[in-house]
Amino acid sequence: MSRLTEAAAWRAMKVCLSGCTALMFAVAPLAQAAGASVAQLGDWKSIGRPATPAEVRAWDIDVRPDFKGLPKGSGTVARGQEIWEAKCATCHGVFGEATHVFTPIAGGVHPEDLQVGHTASLRKPTEARSTVMKLSHVSTLWDYINRAMPWNAPRSLSTDEVYAVTAYVLNLGGILPDDFTLSEANIAEVQKRLPNRDGMSTDHGMWSVKGRPDVHNVACMKDCAGEVKVASVLPEAARPAHGNLAQQNRIIGPVRGVVTVAQAAGTAPAIPSPGAAMLQLANRGACLSCHQIETKVVGPAFREVAAKYKGDARAYTTLSAKVKNGGQGVWGAIPMPPAQSLSDEEVGKLVRWVLEGAPQ
Amino acid sequence: MSFSPRARPGRLQRAPEGFLRAHEISAVAAGRRGFLRSAFAAAAGLGLAGVATAQPQGEEAILKPQPWATTLGQPVAAYPYGQPSKYEKNLMRRESPGLTRVSAASVAFSPLQGMFGIITASGLHFERHHQGWEDIDPSQHRLMVNGLVQQESVFTMDELMRLPSVSRIHFIECGANTGMEWGNVAVPTVQYTHGMLSCSEFTGVRLIDVLDHLGYDRRQGRYVLAEGGDGSGMTRTIPMELVESGEVLLAYGMNGEMLRPENGYPLRLVVPGVQGVSWVKWLRRIEVGDLPYATKDETVHYVDLMPDGQLRQYTSIQEAKSVITTPSGGQMLLDKGFYNVSGIAWSGRGKIKRVDVSSDGGRNWRTARLETPVLSKALTRFNIDWVWDGAPAILQSRAIDETGYVQPKINQLRAVRGTRSIYHNNAIQSWQVAAFDGKSGGEVSNVQAY
Repeated sequence: MSRLTEAAAWRAMKVCLSGCTALMFAVAPLAQAAGASVAQLGDWKSIGRPATPAEVRAWDIDVRPDFKGLPKGSGTVARGQEIWEAKCATCHGVFGEATHVFTPIAGGVHPEDLQVGHTASLRKPTEARSTVMKLSHVSTLWDYINRAMPWNAPRSLSTDEVYAVTAYVLNLGGILPDDFTLSEANIAEVQKRLPNRDGMSTDHGMWSVKGRPDVHNVACMKDCAGEVKVASVLPEAARPAHGNLAQQNRIIGPVRGVVTVAQAAGTAPAIPSPGAAMLQLANRGACLSCHQIETKVVGPAFREVAAKYKGDARAYTTLSAKVKNGGQGVWGAIPMPPAQSLSDEEVGKLVRWVLEGAPQ
Repeated sequence: MSFSPRARPGRLQRAPEGFLRAHEISAVAAGRRGFLRSAFAAAAGLGLAGVATAQPQGEEAILKPQPWATTLGQPVAAYPYGQPSKYEKNLMRRESPGLTRVSAASVAFSPLQGMFGIITASGLHFERHHQGWEDIDPSQHRLMVNGLVQQESVFTMDELMRLPSVSRIHFIECGANTGMEWGNVAVPTVQYTHGMLSCSEFTGVRLIDVLDHLGYDRRQGRYVLAEGGDGSGMTRTIPMELVESGEVLLAYGMNGEMLRPENGYPLRLVVPGVQGVSWVKWLRRIEVGDLPYATKDETVHYVDLMPDGQLRQYTSIQEAKSVITTPSGGQMLLDKGFYNVSGIAWSGRGKIKRVDVSSDGGRNWRTARLETPVLSKALTRFNIDWVWDGAPAILQSRAIDETGYVQPKINQLRAVRGTRSIYHNNAIQSWQVAAFDGKSGGEVSNVQAY
């Protein structure tokens, strides 16, 4: 955002590139760290080129806490709600409460937090943490929605839409009223209402490599701990939760993995079922980010798709094209990106399997 | 020992494939492991090598001609890009079930339980993506440097790869590594407790050289924003003091080849000693600025919640830590006797100076051997001899780095930081070894002991 470069400087650079000596680099490196072996700058002059103003505008999209980089625009809570319900609610829930894909966006903020500036429920051990509970800078929210949302179609929102969705998230969080219009003119005032604006600390030793540790141990060698206390053990139920550990360890060496999922001795390892092979394919095609077999996540469950297209003679052709090229609208507004990493043959196999009801 | 090992019922033992006959496998299944011990004893000094037959003439493995010794092998370049042996398929990256909901914003953990030395095989490097990974066309990839520089500039990969290059070995650890264990034991093996950790040789250009070349503002430009070219447009703030140390790299190489796509092909930032989220992958832009940027992963995530409700922001340095990888949770010691206890230690503040190992839950310690090389902000391999008498044991390792910092116990960490900070759990890890009674036992499990 902060640019020293002007068009004139670029023109000078072009001149420079065509033969003059380091005009642009009058401020040469003063000192190199020990062991540096950088060539003279003149040697590098043909390497790299000036960024054009349009290029910098295209990529320099970050917005800082002091709102440097924030483009002009505005959006209402009401408009934000429309966009939210069309493009965001599938993952985040209608009220930003959902946890089935990501951590919750809204919740846990109380009106008095807006006065205090430090979300009280962050002190409660049982409280789940939502985005608005932690958020200390409204710029962070604007920047992230703008750069990365919606998850499967980043940078598809206009500037005004980003303002609107930001306003709606803050409305869900109880920070902005229903009739609010957020813009570059009032965003600094909104910052002053954030419930956790004073809830961050940089008073710790883990930002600088020279920082001081906050937890200390001593290197005692003999008779140190007194009674050794076993404070926590792996719950029996968690033992098989990561699959058969025997199959996660080498078959030779000083140890073996323990058998945590019973398997009759002497039987050969199970041959992967056709369903497992298809799931592997679906995973490689990035399908499983949004689809599961039985449960709707971001997109419909495979079995819902099978049910919808049951008896449809053109289903195979239609779906194959959708998987290959992407699609939108049949199951909601969230678009499905094309499965670029799968071959036509693989797409065909996968679609046939889905239409068969994704048998395991 | 004053602790009592967890009682474990006898259970099926894994048939040690490849060296047991059918009747021996059924003996194992029936829990009669005595024959194993006698076979080991008969092997007199061969330790745990695959000893199966007790024939007077000797072992079948030697006496019977093997197919690989009596046939023609495969030609060169049968696999133009080589693969591990088919017998090594158990060691792979894995997700932790239930940790995340969608695999494009998830973690795949490195199988530390089976790794040697300090270098992570590139195919086993842990993965953490926020918006899936892409395989970027390197000819279309650009690095832009803007902000407080005299000349905002664009570089192609061709150009970056012409610049003076350095190769350095460093660890990369996710700030949330071991995060599942703040409150209590949650996962069974070192893959899941510590597997968001890898170590590679990275090759690239020092960022400071590029910034010097472009004439950055030394006085005002105290921060760098690194931004990824993927859908998440991952952004993190790097303090200029780290860049000026000469350690921060614009890296394209990893372990002798280009970066793998999952690790940021064709360009990623390397920020030695700092948590992995700052090592921005698919790096497309560096901006020099005069303030930190408070990005999403510096304000909403990667903030450490303290007991007083304060969120620590910009916690970045990975403090000294170590873990024993052999033997470790979810493994089974096949017999009493000699073992080489092996593990890794690392510090974001420099070199590892010493590692101590305890087999009695931290009452008594012995200093382990550090294997070379011992490098700053890299994994260091340690080994120590241990003769197991078959009694219950709790194995721990404790790293000390060159600043004199001693890796803390979990209760010491909790006393200061509580149990909800998610990030930066560098506690001493405890592995409990169940007593060996000749029939069952020897199972190693994850516990917290202090």
